[in-house]
Amino acid sequence: MMTDQTQATEARIAALEHRLAQFEGRLAPPAPRTTGTEWAERFGLIVAWGLMILVLGYFKPDQMFAWNSYASMFGSQAMIVVLALALIIPLTTGDFDLSVASTMGLAAMTLAVLNVQQGWGITETILVVLLIGAVVGAVNAIFVLWFGIHSLIVTLGTGYFINGLVLWISKSATVAGVSPGLVKVVILTRFLGIPLAFWFAAVLAVVIWYAFQHTALGRRLLFVGRGREVARLSGVNVTYVRAGALMASGTISALAGVLFAGIFGSADPSASLSFLLPAFAAAFLGSTTLYPGRFNAPGAFVAVFFLSTGIMGLNFLGAPGFVKNLFYGGGLVVAVSISQLIRKRRPMD
Amino acid sequence: MTQTPALSITGLSKRFGGALALDNVALTVERGEVHGLLGSNGSGKSTLIKVLAGFHTPEPGGQVRLYGRAAPLPIPGAQVRALGLAFVHQHLGLIGSLSVTENLMIGRLATGQNWGLNWAREQARAAAVFARYGLSIDPRAEVARLSPVEQALLAIVRAVEDLKSASTEPGVLVLDEPTPFLPRAGVDQLFRLVKTCVAGGASVIFVSHDVDEVREITDRATILRDGKLIDTVVTRDTSHDEFVQRIIGRSMAAYGGGSKVRPNAGPLVRVENLIGQGIGPVSFDMAPGEILGLTGLIGAGYDTVPALLYGARRATKGRLRIGGRSIPLRIIEPLAALARGIVYLPADRLGAAGVGSLPVGDNVGLPVLKRLTRGLGLFARDIENHASVLGAQAGVKPNIPALPLSALSGGNAQKALLAKWLQVEPQLMLLDEPTQGVDVGARQDIWDALDRAAAGGACILIGSTDYEQLAKLCHRVLVFARGKMVGELTGVALTKDAIAEACFRSTTLPVSA
Repeated sequence: MMTDQTQATEARIAALEHRLAQFEGRLAPPAPRTTGTEWAERFGLIVAWGLMILVLGYFKPDQMFAWNSYASMFGSQAMIVVLALALIIPLTTGDFDLSVASTMGLAAMTLAVLNVQQGWGITETILVVLLIGAVVGAVNAIFVLWFGIHSLIVTLGTGYFINGLVLWISKSATVAGVSPGLVKVVILTRFLGIPLAFWFAAVLAVVIWYAFQHTALGRRLLFVGRGREVARLSGVNVTYVRAGALMASGTISALAGVLFAGIFGSADPSASLSFLLPAFAAAFLGSTTLYPGRFNAPGAFVAVFFLSTGIMGLNFLGAPGFVKNLFYGGGLVVAVSISQLIRKRRPMD
Repeated sequence: MTQTPALSITGLSKRFGGALALDNVALTVERGEVHGLLGSNGSGKSTLIKVLAGFHTPEPGGQVRLYGRAAPLPIPGAQVRALGLAFVHQHLGLIGSLSVTENLMIGRLATGQNWGLNWAREQARAAAVFARYGLSIDPRAEVARLSPVEQALLAIVRAVEDLKSASTEPGVLVLDEPTPFLPRAGVDQLFRLVKTCVAGGASVIFVSHDVDEVREITDRATILRDGKLIDTVVTRDTSHDEFVQRIIGRSMAAYGGGSKVRPNAGPLVRVENLIGQGIGPVSFDMAPGEILGLTGLIGAGYDTVPALLYGARRATKGRLRIGGRSIPLRIIEPLAALARGIVYLPADRLGAAGVGSLPVGDNVGLPVLKRLTRGLGLFARDIENHASVLGAQAGVKPNIPALPLSALSGGNAQKALLAKWLQVEPQLMLLDEPTQGVDVGARQDIWDALDRAAAGGACILIGSTDYEQLAKLCHRVLVFARGKMVGELTGVALTKDAIAEACFRSTTLPVSA
């Protein structure tokens, strides 16, 4: 008798709790779904890329719809991809690195000088060059973190300083005749018709995507960039993370320099600087896509080829050389404006 | 007095949502009078000042008259000076990197047509102004290099001078808590300046927590409590106790409260001779399972203690002993503190405690990312599942970890951030105003969560000015004044009113352990 009553009461309680849960379920707003605008935000750039190809292809079908055009463009743009990937690391932690293009130039020139003029083997040359990139990052980090100077100022200065170094070690002349082995691996060997340089950049993009998206380090980078004090008070060593980010960008920029030397088979002391703005444009344009609002590797990857497809198409249409500047410069400003709009629509701190 | 009063306020009310922050308040300030405005937190003092400054629109029906003329309501912010009102807030509104002269004439620089400024002449003019007030401040000095007292004096002189040029009346100067961070000698200097201003015909409203200072400088004083006008008294005829009674709203007699018995065990945490900016030396013990409150009036310095013990701010001296190990507080870093089982929840919820633009899940998971990493790495799904479990326990609503933290209400964000730290099972929790800007329901949830953590053996240290919270939540409360511990309340003596009483009395009590 007693147990019957207890059971009945418990059944009643269970029923009431069920109703309560239902009620609470009704009170809670529905879980966020991928809405139309969100979808447009994530894949808008890729759709725009396709549309651009179609529009340009309407005027120049022979060139725009030929795989070969894309294959060679993909190969020649590889170092911009790598440079943009270098950039997004310090950008995520809240620091600018304006010295990436100069570091790339220093790396390419050092590689050419050591390999061609000093007769070093290509493997040890590459290792030394990557080390130089890390040292540049470390110097940037010392000034930014130890002396507390804004990264924009520090890297503007170190970048210009490095340009001087490049002119010095090259005696202001192009150094040609870089190891045929490197040239072969970087540009002559193709996979699916595309030079290996592109695939190196793609692998690096996957590595950085993984590090950002699926490691604890990636989250820490993000917290350091968005809320330095929050990160510090949560036990993140903010100084190490920022220093590491700057050293990573230096090293990866040096890697871009290796590709640069391999793609051209030579090092031109003044060529690298024109890559700074395209890399920035791609990094910011990339932050508006795939993971909108965050600097992200696949976004930067897509953005580089979006921009260079446009330039390639305009060249086919017979546009003069300066459209490149218009396109990259305009692209950067438009990208930053779009990311500002995204930021405003999303609740930000 | 036969003249019209400098300022007369009648029937002033202000409603925020359902709550009356000001309820039919009246206030009269005579010409040449120093008038005190007293009350504890939430008494309506600041609301009244903000109505006068034109930040708030009062409810219809109230009236503000300056020198007999009715001021338009809401008071147009751009015209307050022309009406004869000037304000000096605790944040003095000086630009530290500019010179004294530039700061003094900032109003003219900002709006006037200044072609061909003669700096030598401006500096001479500034020097003459300071001489008139009997001050010796170098007009060429950089403001950041002035002492806090000189900065306060400069701000007051600037306000009075601006009044003179903007209004034909002598003017009413509102000093909003100008003294808490000044040393005693500085307060004397400030009071001399106030007397000089008043001698020149101006009136002063002196807003303060500090009963002693109000008794020293004011002619009359108005006391507010819970938005209501309690009394306007002639200072000379009112004792310290009479002031305190009016502020707190009762006469002595302890009742209720103190239901919590302090855990009777040896100390788990011991703070020895902590010295930091504006605080110390302070020493105290905490037993495992004890919830200890720190409180005091503004400027008492207690509020930096949690940050100093965590290394969020740098202490100059002291040691923290926890579980038999001792750490010098001069070098403690958040990372080292965390490794010793210490966590810190700052009051600045979206500035220091969590990142508003990042998902709740990421915010909650930040301290345990390693634990959430599987073979193939860290996955958003795992972070969200983890945060969802913790969020359900903590009662976060809506419990959707993918939402950015800033999308949650203050109370729910705080519950999530508390869960972030409770999951590491800390030995010592340091909290700074844990329920500020939190609704009533969430407040109770947070208290319950802290009670559970304490029952599990954690020491919990809370810095707060919320006396009700301290009385309900804490086993023991330490009261601070001017950087020193001046009182300790525990057991049946620990009530909301007793804490308030101790805070307002604290300036006159001798220092005791």
